[in-house]
Amino acid sequence: MKVLVCISSVPDTTTKINFTPDNKSFVTQGVQFIINPYDEIALTRALELTEKDGGTVTVINVGDATTEPVIRKALAVGATDAVRVNAGPRDAFFVARQIAGYASNQNFDLILCGRESIDYNGAQVPAMIAELLGIPSVSVCKKLEIAGKTAIAEREIEGGKEIVECPLPMVVSASEGMAEPRIPNMRGIMSARTKPLAVVEPVDTPKNIEVIIYDKPKPRSEVKLIAPDKVEELVDLLHTQARVI
Amino acid sequence: MAKTDLFQSPDYYQIDELLTDEHKLVRNSVREWVKREVSPIIEEYAQRAEFPKHLIKGLAEIGAFGPYIPQEYGGGGLDQISYGLIMQEIERGDSGIRSTASVQSSLVMYPIYTYGSDEQRKKYLPKLATGEWMGCFGLTEPNFGSNPGGMLTNIKDKGDHVVLNGSKMWISNAPFADIAVVWAKDEEGVIRGLIVERGMKGFSTPETHGKWSLRASATGELVFDNVKVPKENILPNVKGLKGPLGCLNSARYGIAWGAIGAAMDCYDTALRYSKERIQFGKPIGAFQLQQKKLAEMITEITKAQLLAWRLGVLKNENRATPQQISMAKRNNVNMALEITRDARQMLGGMGITGEYPIMRHMMNLESVITYEGTHDIHLLITGMDVTGLNAFGG
Repeated sequence: MKVLVCISSVPDTTTKINFTPDNKSFVTQGVQFIINPYDEIALTRALELTEKDGGTVTVINVGDATTEPVIRKALAVGATDAVRVNAGPRDAFFVARQIAGYASNQNFDLILCGRESIDYNGAQVPAMIAELLGIPSVSVCKKLEIAGKTAIAEREIEGGKEIVECPLPMVVSASEGMAEPRIPNMRGIMSARTKPLAVVEPVDTPKNIEVIIYDKPKPRSEVKLIAPDKVEELVDLLHTQARVI
Repeated sequence: MAKTDLFQSPDYYQIDELLTDEHKLVRNSVREWVKREVSPIIEEYAQRAEFPKHLIKGLAEIGAFGPYIPQEYGGGGLDQISYGLIMQEIERGDSGIRSTASVQSSLVMYPIYTYGSDEQRKKYLPKLATGEWMGCFGLTEPNFGSNPGGMLTNIKDKGDHVVLNGSKMWISNAPFADIAVVWAKDEEGVIRGLIVERGMKGFSTPETHGKWSLRASATGELVFDNVKVPKENILPNVKGLKGPLGCLNSARYGIAWGAIGAAMDCYDTALRYSKERIQFGKPIGAFQLQQKKLAEMITEITKAQLLAWRLGVLKNENRATPQQISMAKRNNVNMALEITRDARQMLGGMGITGEYPIMRHMMNLESVITYEGTHDIHLLITGMDVTGLNAFGG
């Protein structure tokens, strides 16, 4: 089985987010980047499936050269080879176009993505890739099994779960539970040094979306502590200042 | 109950920019492994004074055993900075676990690789790299610690084998080690290295109990009572004290990095606590005396990081002198110990409990400041280096 896994490079979850003075772009200086955690789940499942039944796992990333450490980690974890589309991931359609463009003549049996990236949280790329390639997609899956040329995927729905069957090739987006991400071991890190990482140029894509501004949530206001025996003061403040009673 | 490890590594001087992508991948992988495998269980094992033996396989997989030994012998083929970062991250978890890795890498695999025959390398190194075999290192004796040259352990030539007699003390990994690299004097009084295997008649490894330090690491004695050791187990390529001292250089270098890990863990814990603990209506981090402690901690950690990084560069170029290594080991371990004490005070009563890692690190570092050359001996090494005058006894 030939699997393509789409990986994004995203800021580490503990990053303090700052924007440029014009509030139009994210300040990346001093930020540690990681593989998008949902993509890591997808990658791990791809490795499990190919280890069981044989096959290859290619990882693809749309990004400039600064994302290569994240790609190397994916190779260290066990991916066979990697492709980097040499362009900033401008918006979801742009990214989906690049991935679909690459995948269109590669005969992948399965394209696995994370359910969404944890930075911009658009959750659009997987379905867009499928649409552009004219193949089915199932999103936000918690389980994925492959039997021959058919995938069985499990999705969580309100009050229960949904199990779907779908012929390959297809796109699946992964959620928590599909696999437990692996830590690269030393052998993997050493072998990642020599695994192929191809750099391809992007295909032209119309720009439909323009970011007007980013804004951070207002900082939380200070907490006012009131002594336990001052119930009247609390009631008074809730009434006169918070105006909730 | 297993606790979530919230550790965030400080990097006040953007020292990450001095590291390669591979260094960072190695470090981050070990950090993740420590968070997943060590942090949740280490307190319990330390309280029980038990070595978590199940970690050996994982330690091998993350490259903690012989990271700088060439790949053809099962090692990682990584550079010295990667080795240092691995030690830093493991000691961030616990000095005892780092000790196990240090001993295996620098005191067992290093001498076999550096002083051993090719047969010895092929026989032992691959199995030591995977953790299938664990090793220990016998140099210190009950009456010869800082003065190892006075050792009494000896070998007598009996044709195709030697007979080993004597005892070694304070040996990390001894209770479970499969092999021991042992230093003993021959009939001419020349120090030789031998590989002693568990099961050889007359060789025993009684465990040392009652430690208040490195409780999650197994320590013991090595006792040799007329042990017949085949001559092919003698390390052929070194004679004299420079053999064990070469090993110690490698281990001390790793400790200089490791101590930074313990210091970072205490700093990170104290910093987080100082923002959460409210006294007199505000977080204790808002008080000058607490800020002084935190500011000094991060200053000292940053200095230690730079010292270790520079030493790593020199070591990669084979230019690090034993004296430079002594300085880094001495400075960084002392730095870490001071930080544990300040961090402990910041946490008040909570600082003495197993809810937080500080007291465990503090107790561990009391061993680390003593083993592999005491704090005072390293001072004398620097003193002798700058004055040219020997202030050691004798």
